[in-house]
Amino acid sequence: MSNKTKLFAAPYCIWGAGFIIIPLIIILIYGFSDTEGHFTFINIYSIFSHVNLKALLLSMLLSVASTFLCLLIAYPLASVLAEYGRDKSPLLALLFILPMWMNSLLRTIAWQNLLEKTGLINAILLFFHLPEMMIINTPWAIILGMVYDFLPFMILPIYNILCKIDIEYKNAARDLGANGWQTFWRITWPMSLPGVLSGITMVFVPSLTTFVISDILGGGKILLIGNVIEQLFTQDNDRNAGAGLSVVMMLFIVISTMITEKYDREGSV
Amino acid sequence: MKKYKGIKYFYSILILVFLYAPIVTLMVLSFNQSKSRSHWGGFTFEWYTTLLESSALMNAFKNTMIIALLSAFIATIFGTLACLGMNFMRKRSRAMIMGMTNIPMLNADIVTGISLMLLFIACRATMGGATVLLAHITFNIPYVILSVMPRFRQINRSIYEAALDLGATPVYAFRKVVFPDILPGIISGFTMAVTMSLDDFIITHFTKGPGFDTLSTKIYSEVKKGIKPEIYALSTIMFTVVLLLLVLVNAKPWASRHKNGGVRR
Repeated sequence: MSNKTKLFAAPYCIWGAGFIIIPLIIILIYGFSDTEGHFTFINIYSIFSHVNLKALLLSMLLSVASTFLCLLIAYPLASVLAEYGRDKSPLLALLFILPMWMNSLLRTIAWQNLLEKTGLINAILLFFHLPEMMIINTPWAIILGMVYDFLPFMILPIYNILCKIDIEYKNAARDLGANGWQTFWRITWPMSLPGVLSGITMVFVPSLTTFVISDILGGGKILLIGNVIEQLFTQDNDRNAGAGLSVVMMLFIVISTMITEKYDREGSV
Repeated sequence: MKKYKGIKYFYSILILVFLYAPIVTLMVLSFNQSKSRSHWGGFTFEWYTTLLESSALMNAFKNTMIIALLSAFIATIFGTLACLGMNFMRKRSRAMIMGMTNIPMLNADIVTGISLMLLFIACRATMGGATVLLAHITFNIPYVILSVMPRFRQINRSIYEAALDLGATPVYAFRKVVFPDILPGIISGFTMAVTMSLDDFIITHFTKGPGFDTLSTKIYSEVKKGIKPEIYALSTIMFTVVLLLLVLVNAKPWASRHKNGGVRR
């Protein structure tokens, strides 16, 4: 009986082999070969060219900054939501996830509107005689777009884990004489760490690899590593170089996943 | 915990404004008579009526919906069957399959899209609706597995075995005992898959051929030329429909919860 039941997983295993594993192998083959199919490291090395290296470093800088900002904004919000959800209704949390049902490209384009020189934000600032904000087509606009697009990915896992933490732990810490800060640093923060780490991965990877946000809010002048790869495939039709840079990018994703997993294990001990 | 109540409200509202400002902007633009995006030309329903006549846009909408529902449906079947099978596997083979499942979740969309594109090129497949569907099923299955698998873990297997002892056939026992318990996981997996598929741009961008468009790719191709106001109208309708659906779905459990005294962990 159990032997036959196992076979139910077979369709997915075949699907996964064909559409997950083999495509990754194909990317590796392209990345490590030249147009004639000979083995080469040249596509991997192309990351060290001036333009590509600059794009990679800028991507790292912007994604680290936006991940940090997301965490800074999402943690207090998730605590408020978790507290509220425990007392009253979990529906409030839904309100913060709802924007994800509006097409994300459109929402990013809407930021273009809001940030424009003649856009709404500047109109409001002008009305109050405040200095205009000129961040459209700069890296600041891209950070804003990343924080905006990926904030729900940070809120959700932190909210979920904070809801699960038993309030009695905090009460016990209070009873034993810990003040608010001590309770937070010794109890709540370590217990919420798995949620924080999964939020970090869920924000860091898409912001490191995006080409859409930089395209729309960067005015096409600011190249991130995602833009470089996208252009290699769609404009230059240089699949080998594109695959090579994708392999480098995957390496960064693997490293960041390993780092968060390491902290996750240490935190749970 | 009534401390700092004002600050908490203020902070939540500030973030809500941040999250909803672009959405409100889009909705306002869908009623803007002027085609310019930064200038208000008066109220109009014009874009809502021309939307129905725009065959390109309606086509993209139709493609988006078909791809989302079909890929979510197929992914739900594959994913649920996989969870069922994995439950009877040894720990190591299960860990291997879960490892494979994690790849599309952790990997960047751009790499997933490119790798699938290269696969379709290698197979000499013509890029179009079919390749997009295959790609969407692929990235949807992990969402189904990750929401169905925990449900299987919670099931008490003795109940299923008791049903068998009492003379139920395995299929009947599954239908009556196991299935009702995993159904919430299946539904949330399906919903998540539809959502991810509706919103996907990057993977579709790489796996679609010329002449095939979903809403996302249509929007992207219009970014540089200027977005047609009909798209604002269409997404306003879609967002409102989702909002209403969510209110309907959530109103019921919320009401019954309050009847029971409102305590549930």
